[in-house]
Amino acid sequence: MTAEIIGTYAVAICLLIGAGFAMVGAIGLLKFNDSMTRLHAPTKVGTVGIGALLLASMIHSFTVGDGSLHELLIMSFLFVTAPISANFMAKVNIHRRACDTPPEPPQDDTWSTLNVPEADREMASPATVQSPKG
Amino acid sequence: MSFATQLMDIALIVTFVVIALAQAMSMIRLVMGPSTGDRILALDTMVVNAIGLIVLLGIAQGVRIYFEVSLIIAMLGFVSTVAYARFVLRGDIIE
Repeated sequence: MTAEIIGTYAVAICLLIGAGFAMVGAIGLLKFNDSMTRLHAPTKVGTVGIGALLLASMIHSFTVGDGSLHELLIMSFLFVTAPISANFMAKVNIHRRACDTPPEPPQDDTWSTLNVPEADREMASPATVQSPKG
Repeated sequence: MSFATQLMDIALIVTFVVIALAQAMSMIRLVMGPSTGDRILALDTMVVNAIGLIVLLGIAQGVRIYFEVSLIIAMLGFVSTVAYARFVLRGDIIE
């Protein structure tokens, strides 16, 4: 009986933590004033916010009846994929020049997403290529 | 009905309202979003919030069937985010 009550309290606390992180992420997404800064806030929703909600779901299933740990699958999937999608969105920001271009890399000419391959260079910037007959 | 159950019901309602509000706020960013990266980010956030809403529905109804739904939406959301970003980056999704 006491374990049930403690589990119910834990579910309530986990739900409120998840709700707080979701709200903070949404406010950050709405209020920040730079693309790269905006990228920072909602990634916390994907990990901590949804993680707390899934933890609440797991604890709830243990307090109600025979528990299940299936939610760990969703949690681990989200934890693995969140950095990958964030990296892709940062690359989109650099590619579209929606942010300040980061400083030049130490070894290569430029960042790979801004680099145009040798074969396409003529097509990419026709203004710089002089045609032979003027 | 004990105090703990009442507290959990209130927390459930509060969480429903807050996540629905977060969903609406990310939809505002989706409409406003000055650049393409912001729109992709807003869509990704909306998918994550949708997973949260479905998990909450599962807790509220005490049903375990919503697990598959949220897992599939998580996979679909990741794939669609990567596809959209790759389309912007490369002009093609599968080269």
